[in-house]
Amino acid sequence: MAPAQYNTVAGLVAGLESGNRRALARIISHIENNSELAQPLLAALYPRAGQAHIIGITGAPGTGKSTLVNALAGLYRQQDISVGIIAVDPTSPFSGGALLGDRVRMRDLAGDAGVFIRSMATRGSLGGLAQATADVIMVLDAAGFQRIIIETVGVGQSEVEIASTAYTTVVVEAPGLGDEVQAIKAGVLEIADIFAVNKADREGADRTAMALQMMLHLGAPDRQQTMHHGRMLPVSLPPDIAPDRQWTPPIFKTIATQKQGIEALLAGIEDHNRYLAESGTRQWRQYLRAATELRMILRDALLERVLQQLGEEAISETVQAVAQRRLDPYSAVRQLLEAYHHRINTA
Amino acid sequence: MTLFNEEQLNQIRNQLEHWETTTLKKTLDRRSERRPQFITTSSVPVRRLYTPLDIADFDYQRDLGMPGEYPFTRGVHSTMYRGRLWTMRMFAGFGTAEETNQRYQYLLSQGNMGLSVAFDMPTLYGYDTDAPEALGEFGKCGVAVSSLADMEVLFDGIPMGEVSTSMTINSPAAILWAMYIVAAEKQGYHRSQLRGTIQNDILKEYIAQKEFLFPPAPSMRLVTDTIEFGTREMPLWNTVSISGYHIREAGATAVQELAFTLADGFAYVEAALERGLDIDEFAPRLSFFFNAHNDLFEEIAKFRAARRIWARAMREKYGAQNPRSWLLRTHAQTAGVSLTSRQPENNIVRVAIQALAAILGGTQSLHTNSMDEALALPSEKAVTIALRTQQILAHESGVANTIDPLAGSYYVEQLTNQMEDAANDYFHRIESQGGVIPAIESGFFQREIADAAYQYQMEIDTRQRIVVGVNDYVADEPIEIPLLQMDPAGYDRQIARLQRVRAERDNSAVQKALAELADCARGDENLMPPIIAAVEHYATLGEITDVFRRVFGEYHEPVHF
Amino acid sequence: MKRKIRVLVAKPGLDGHDRGAKVVARSLRDAGFEVIYTGIRQTPAMIAEAALQEDVDVVGLSVLSGAHMALVPKVKEALVAQGMDDVLVLVGGIIPNEDVPALNAIGVKGIFGPGTATQEIVDFIHKELAEPAA
Repeated sequence: MAPAQYNTVAGLVAGLESGNRRALARIISHIENNSELAQPLLAALYPRAGQAHIIGITGAPGTGKSTLVNALAGLYRQQDISVGIIAVDPTSPFSGGALLGDRVRMRDLAGDAGVFIRSMATRGSLGGLAQATADVIMVLDAAGFQRIIIETVGVGQSEVEIASTAYTTVVVEAPGLGDEVQAIKAGVLEIADIFAVNKADREGADRTAMALQMMLHLGAPDRQQTMHHGRMLPVSLPPDIAPDRQWTPPIFKTIATQKQGIEALLAGIEDHNRYLAESGTRQWRQYLRAATELRMILRDALLERVLQQLGEEAISETVQAVAQRRLDPYSAVRQLLEAYHHRINTA
Repeated sequence: MTLFNEEQLNQIRNQLEHWETTTLKKTLDRRSERRPQFITTSSVPVRRLYTPLDIADFDYQRDLGMPGEYPFTRGVHSTMYRGRLWTMRMFAGFGTAEETNQRYQYLLSQGNMGLSVAFDMPTLYGYDTDAPEALGEFGKCGVAVSSLADMEVLFDGIPMGEVSTSMTINSPAAILWAMYIVAAEKQGYHRSQLRGTIQNDILKEYIAQKEFLFPPAPSMRLVTDTIEFGTREMPLWNTVSISGYHIREAGATAVQELAFTLADGFAYVEAALERGLDIDEFAPRLSFFFNAHNDLFEEIAKFRAARRIWARAMREKYGAQNPRSWLLRTHAQTAGVSLTSRQPENNIVRVAIQALAAILGGTQSLHTNSMDEALALPSEKAVTIALRTQQILAHESGVANTIDPLAGSYYVEQLTNQMEDAANDYFHRIESQGGVIPAIESGFFQREIADAAYQYQMEIDTRQRIVVGVNDYVADEPIEIPLLQMDPAGYDRQIARLQRVRAERDNSAVQKALAELADCARGDENLMPPIIAAVEHYATLGEITDVFRRVFGEYHEPVHF
Repeated sequence: MKRKIRVLVAKPGLDGHDRGAKVVARSLRDAGFEVIYTGIRQTPAMIAEAALQEDVDVVGLSVLSGAHMALVPKVKEALVAQGMDDVLVLVGGIIPNEDVPALNAIGVKGIFGPGTATQEIVDFIHKELAEPAA
């Protein structure tokens, strides 16, 4: 398909290094498709990454996330800061296809070499989404983008996981969507470093902002805890920060369509960026990211091995047994693991 | 007064049940029907048989009334087509003003009764012909009018005070209208004499056709300014043609077309009322524009329901006193989207059926599409056949001999009621979202329409719906339709005129007029006078639109599938 | 993981008639493709840029205004200029027969007029993108 030099790891990495956008786009595809070049590419690029500040933007459908990303990226560009954008939308569970329309709202960024926008479908793979997203972030980071914005629909655990790969997570709210604060229902309140109440010219914007304010005063569970609630690898403790120096998520009102309130939001993001560095939280989050990442990769790799050893047939039999309630899932896993160990020990 | 009393209805009910268990059952036992379900063009299920039971609470006086009387279900005139036929108004325009002018002269000589101007894409978007955005679009789909000079050529030799002219223009409608007014005044007419229509329906642009430029609020202000200006100075002009046509073309069902169009109409009424205008002063100048699609009865019911809903709302909800405010007068056009590029001659027949629906629906004017429009811009021959179709319907078919001949049909009356109910449901849904503009901004209309369009296509793809020549009765026949050839020198001529205008006009006067226009745009005075002043000085369409783009900003839509 | 076919659906030029583009975008999604929809009023440069960033296999253009002979070649040029001469370009809309050879000559492989079944487009893409046997 693509030019021959983009079919090798060396060619692609050289292309990326020389700033070739086709090479960058191809690398992302290899990673998304988990092609045989994916792992060598990631290995080659990993040392180059680590410079970018990663910003997660999440919120319910209809809150105006894409328009906000458009405005935010536009403002970064005015400051001559390059921006990579990943817009994640769900894959249809019925067809496996996806309709990715976020670019429509980012038309102001067209024609700017300092911007790279990539639409990603969730592709519905177990846990693989967050991993693929983290990998694509890494590629954009390695390509030298200074800010990487990742936009996800804020509904459900997988989005929380993606958002957790960001250093600064902005949760977007908008008035008039039924609930005063959508983030509560979606369970993403806790991951917010910053809140943006978008469409602030609409009725109810003040109420939404006030409701958020109140929740913060009530003391939403902090981010450290929520990030622990999965089964994680052992992690180091968060840095000890004096209570008066703890980060309290600020609330910004924006009207993204009119580019209002964006300066303040950007300043808030950069404040948080500085806070992360000065408080030592960044290192801790980097450690957490690495832990999460490692856990996901390990889980996938182990799963892959188990599947390989036992074969699909054996697995589907077990699945059938669980489905018919002849077996509970915990015993099922125990049996599978026993079978696996037996297999490798006798091999 | 209902048509049947309880006892009669009971008898009919018994008879129906008997028939179903005997005569009908015998037939169905032998052979089932062609399809498990029959649906209209809008995917609405249709029953086997309609009887008085389907319109049991039908009240003649309440629901129909007499022609020319409230609620106008049977038509807006007391004699309808016996008094005067509908206006056969063929939408035309292509290339340069010179070519289109010739087409108008030809159409007038062939018995066309009103002119209808189609503008090219750059004009519709407020760009001059030489703007970079206009690349490749010149003269396609319509005529380019970049300044007053083009408008003068377009109507050269046509008595603007005597013809009625409909201009299909929306975002920059006020500007093109100003050009028309100034050109007519230069011919020696007074603006109060001018008859015609500007489409000027911005809401349906956001909903369906997507030819918007500015955000909804300033766009609504422009529309309200034109309504106000028309009310004061141009009593014979229809200032908004509230259009369902494009909503339907974008894939809406008949009910969606009906409901969204009327909802838009109510929004304009409310905006004008808010401006402080008297409803009976402006409402008589609002007109409508509906689509005439394939499903004969569904379409007829749509037109009838539209009149009834509008009349009831204008009288009961908005308190209009003048019966002319209650009237829903409408233009109709056959459904462009129904035309196929395969076996295009079949389109003549489709257009004839659709035209019949519009006439039986009681339209005031009608455009019939040309058979070749799915292939290219219409040729002269195809346009003539389309016009002849209307003439045959008018003079040979007999449908114009009596008023609203389908009234009392159990099916048509039931469909008419069903349409009205379904439209009312939509009005509630729109209201619960805060009105038309919030519903636009949240993508409500766009989503509803996209869903309907998708369903329609799936019905064709799965052959639940047969389209002759497309998914059945397919034949690979060579297409033998002569296509329109555009004058290749037209573009150069247009550019030359535009450059001459810019060189020869008083440029300081233009700058001054544009600056005054910008000031006015920032304030809240009526924009028509400063637009007319700018046009008089030959400020171009692009220059005037740019003023608005700067002051109002540009709108980008949310995308919904 | 199976390679996903990625398709860009765009409307170049001014015309806002997006019914066809949207129906096709949705059908392609339902056929299992990843569809990047860029919406209306796209310049050829914007389309080529999106095609590159999204690394699509197919670019589908919808034009109903009659401006296809000006716009489609510009899109194709812009794609080629950034090394994307291998991308499958399809055009849908109102395209007179007499323009088909000229569009084919610049490398537009599929042209779909009104009345095309969406499955026809899906099949065409699958056929064109099938990896060569060798």
